[in-house]
Amino acid sequence: MTAIDEGVLKLDPEEARRVRQERLERIGRWVLPLAIMILAIWSWDRICVWNAIPQYILPRPGVVLSTLYIDAGLLFSSLLVTLRITFLSLLLAVVGGVGLAVLFAQSKWVEMSFFPFAIVLQVTPIVAIFPLINIYVDNQTTKLLLCAWIVAFFPILSNTTLGLNSVDRNLRDMFKLNGATRWQQLRYLRLPAAMPYFLGGLKIAGGLSLIGAVVAEFVAGATGQSSGLASRIIEAGYRLNAPRLFAALFLISLTGILIFLVLSLISHLILRRWHESALKQER
Amino acid sequence: MMREKVAQAPASVSDVAPTLLALRGVGKVFSNGVTALSDVNLTIREGDFLSLLGPSGCGKSTALRLIAGLSTPTSGVLDWRAEGSLDRSNIGFVFQEPTLLPWASVFDNVWLPLRLKGVSRAKAAPAVMEMLARVHLTGVEDAVPRELSGGMKMRVSIARAMVTKPRVLLMDEPFAALDEITRFKLNNDLLELWQDERFTVVFVTHSVFESVFLSNRVVVMAARPGRVFDELAIEASYPRDEAFRTSPDYAALCRQTSDVLVNAIKSTAGAHHDGH
Repeated sequence: MTAIDEGVLKLDPEEARRVRQERLERIGRWVLPLAIMILAIWSWDRICVWNAIPQYILPRPGVVLSTLYIDAGLLFSSLLVTLRITFLSLLLAVVGGVGLAVLFAQSKWVEMSFFPFAIVLQVTPIVAIFPLINIYVDNQTTKLLLCAWIVAFFPILSNTTLGLNSVDRNLRDMFKLNGATRWQQLRYLRLPAAMPYFLGGLKIAGGLSLIGAVVAEFVAGATGQSSGLASRIIEAGYRLNAPRLFAALFLISLTGILIFLVLSLISHLILRRWHESALKQER
Repeated sequence: MMREKVAQAPASVSDVAPTLLALRGVGKVFSNGVTALSDVNLTIREGDFLSLLGPSGCGKSTALRLIAGLSTPTSGVLDWRAEGSLDRSNIGFVFQEPTLLPWASVFDNVWLPLRLKGVSRAKAAPAVMEMLARVHLTGVEDAVPRELSGGMKMRVSIARAMVTKPRVLLMDEPFAALDEITRFKLNNDLLELWQDERFTVVFVTHSVFESVFLSNRVVVMAARPGRVFDELAIEASYPRDEAFRTSPDYAALCRQTSDVLVNAIKSTAGAHHDGH
């Protein structure tokens, strides 16, 4: 029932319309956003030209692109710095978030006692906490990591906790009947059951860890040596080097999109066989 | 107390077989004040296929959970008479829903009870494959539950419950959600399995037809409070097949059981059976 060959299969008008509709939607899903994007970039370029906007206010897209090429060495080494913080903090967020969630899952009492602290940490703006971190922590990398971690770990913690606690009651009884130990219940029942929730949290945390890393760089005001994309943006801002600012911005967005796509792919690969969210619509 | 022994013609399996479990004066009151069971006296014998039949709210599922050890009685005792301690590995449980691990293959689902006892995949394989063959599921061991039909999922659930070769199989309205054709097929296959292995079954159902077709004893329960109303011996020989299903004997037994059930429902003060 995969390929519908209209030559062989005689479709009534309604079904034929549905097939046509589906084909259009499939193409439109890619073509439309692309067309809008191209249109937007074109208008951006036209606005610059027609209004004779100077380059240091709003550079033309072509200039941004060539800056990306000319400053590639500088920008990409900065990107690597930011990426390092992003991925390290994401890793720590996974370890910390899942670890805490598993700890919370061991006892309602632990969860009741400590979950509010996690919420406090989450709702307090990181920009406001940073001056404190700045005082207590000397190492630059540690500072940034801590910041990005605080931003990123909460969705993983809260989602995984939710997942660990939403196991089917009958399944839990089934494990009990079979004399499963606490560890077995965690390993064979609760962790796999929490997987879709965890992956949902991971997708959010991926973006947040990038945001956390960039924000941390901003407030750390780390200029000069060993600095990430945020400091390039600050620097370019001071120098009214708008093309470079745009180029750096473009790189950050692109990184965010890539992180999201990669995590979505991972999620899909893990869940595709059994979870509703990853299944193709069959009806 | 109307209990036990409908005394007429004996000769059924249960009258000669030794007692496996005796419930004596068992009651269960939940913390919200609801009396789920009150003074239940019931003897389950080795090799019985015993159905607990009754309207919703009669405590039949609660009784099953007590027997399984998933819940403890408020009053009374459950007296396991079987020689040797009867631990939980001697009990298989089949829930109303298939209750499978959605991420695990059919094989892994059936392997699970053995896996929890520390049996490796390779060591468990013969038992798992044999059990899958017994429930007519050979060839789908790599599928995940969502790829199976409702009936097949239930077969996996039965295979999982039976893979440890339990002496008692507890079933909580296992086929209630299935269509009639699938249910008949599963009824036949379950009976076949039971006749081969002669384990004891306690089967909760609200279908008169199902209970009569399967059981050698039907215990009719009444609601508010949940209690044993009456017991009927189903005097029909095994194997029972499609011919039995259409026989006058079966019809007569169903009518008889149905009458008792109607009385049980009537006996509930201010009864309004919502048929839920």
